[in-house]
Amino acid sequence: MSILVVMEQRGGVWNRMSFETLAAAQQLAAELNTTASAVVLGQGIEVLASELAGKQLARLYLVEHELLKEYTPDAYTSALRQLLAQAPYDYVLLPHTYQVRDFLPKLATALGTVAVSDVVAHRVEAGAVVLVRQLFQGKVNSDVTFTGAAPHFASLQAGAYRADQVREGSLVVEKFTPAMAAGDVRTRPLERFRESARAVDLSAAELIVAVGRGIKEADNIPLIQELANAMGAELAASRPICDAGWLPMERQVGSSGQTVGPKLYVAIGISGAIQHLVGMKGSRTIVAINKDPNAPIFEVADYGIVGDLFQVVPALIEAFKKAK
Amino acid sequence: MKILVAIKQVPARDSQLKIASSGRWIAEDDLTYEINEPDAYALEAGLQLKEKHGGEVVALCLGPSRAAPTIREALAKGADRAIHIEAEDPGAYDPLQAARLMAAALGAKAPDLVLTGLQSDDLGYGQTGPILAELLGLPHATLIMEVEKHEGGIRVKRELEDGWFQHVEMPLPALLSIQSGISKLRYATLMGIKRAKTKEVRRLTPAELGGGGESAASIHLDRVYLPQRAKHTQLFEGNPQEAAAQLVEKLRFEARVI
Repeated sequence: MSILVVMEQRGGVWNRMSFETLAAAQQLAAELNTTASAVVLGQGIEVLASELAGKQLARLYLVEHELLKEYTPDAYTSALRQLLAQAPYDYVLLPHTYQVRDFLPKLATALGTVAVSDVVAHRVEAGAVVLVRQLFQGKVNSDVTFTGAAPHFASLQAGAYRADQVREGSLVVEKFTPAMAAGDVRTRPLERFRESARAVDLSAAELIVAVGRGIKEADNIPLIQELANAMGAELAASRPICDAGWLPMERQVGSSGQTVGPKLYVAIGISGAIQHLVGMKGSRTIVAINKDPNAPIFEVADYGIVGDLFQVVPALIEAFKKAK
Repeated sequence: MKILVAIKQVPARDSQLKIASSGRWIAEDDLTYEINEPDAYALEAGLQLKEKHGGEVVALCLGPSRAAPTIREALAKGADRAIHIEAEDPGAYDPLQAARLMAAALGAKAPDLVLTGLQSDDLGYGQTGPILAELLGLPHATLIMEVEKHEGGIRVKRELEDGWFQHVEMPLPALLSIQSGISKLRYATLMGIKRAKTKEVRRLTPAELGGGGESAASIHLDRVYLPQRAKHTQLFEGNPQEAAAQLVEKLRFEARVI
């Protein structure tokens, strides 16, 4: 039994979710009475590898190649396949990042297996690993087990494990150079860019009122703006509202928008899909207003009103005005 | 350009879900079904490319017979024909087995471009696109916001985390998984609905496609259940005025956040 963590970096900067995955791997290793190892891929990233050398790991692989400088699914898949052929592992854990979502299914397929994506928890039952993942945008949970041959791949959701629980240690970096030629890589990534400077920094807001699909149409947005005004809060939204153009993209909270941690977050008509929750579950106090008592938003809410937002919000506006 | 769009039928987004007595899946009676929303955006992207560059759009659906209206809707919106792999229990296949059936249905005539939605609203593995790409030997990119065709290939805009984007170029044939919300979805016109009735839907069974089972399943869904609340949520009931007043009271004097 052995565990490998694939750490993620870009341009020499860690994706911090990698350390949550590293903590999970160390925890699983202890439960399975085995050790965790780690790999990092790129070019010119020895500094990152030496940082990892200070963690409690059995082995640490630094996989470098000119073709790994910029991420492509072809080069990452090829390099990891070559490493796993030489150093086989039973479990391979990765952070559930956009990059991992791009190459992991391809890598697993190339090895004739299926990855369990977006895992939120695990347990060990009679020596077997049971993974918990969410279905139906977080409304239902499921237990999933591996039934095929190793390696067993799993990607772990942001916030499911705590990075501050990574254990320290000391070991030697092992270098691995995959054999690849430029012709093996079929996609050509160009410069990364941002659409526009963000005028709204939601991460600095103390109070946020966020609106979701439950608002039904653009004409109803002013109702939520009125509540935000009454509270002195910033207005935010879940992705579908920004996709529809009802509020600008810069007001989007979630994995593809901003991550916020205000004192108070009021979610109105937001069911609480995983992609939204990861952006706001660090808020100190969360209020949910939703007509569905089983909406996943209530799993993270401290206070809630189950009801029709078109009745509840006007009442809230009055209540906040009175409280001033 | 010959474009294939993979579509899936899933329970409607606002469904209130219950667990089936088997504990293996949700209770399916009383559910209404619709096209998986990310797939609706993939279909829209395919239709727009066809309108610009000509060619045809083929909808491919792995699903039970109840998926037929979802396939008809795709045809009514403008898909030229469809392939329906009829499997009464599609949940019996893991993502690789399902993708093998889909790859087998394409046969030797691979399209120029394969489009999938980002993920399904039910199982949500988010893997069908890249798995199909590997099985078909195609280059791929996921979370795509824009597709431009040019001499010798395509240039796509890919979404990264935290508000970043990246352009990626690749040759055709290729596979793209499309991000939701990239353009406004069209409605089927009356003319479209009428035409859809005469469009070809090729029905195939998993058995005809080799069963999808070149290998056994790699992962197994043991059981489903409603999540336990991590937090104890204080719920306020009664009429909206009372509930709102109680909530504001708690926010002021208990949570002390306002």
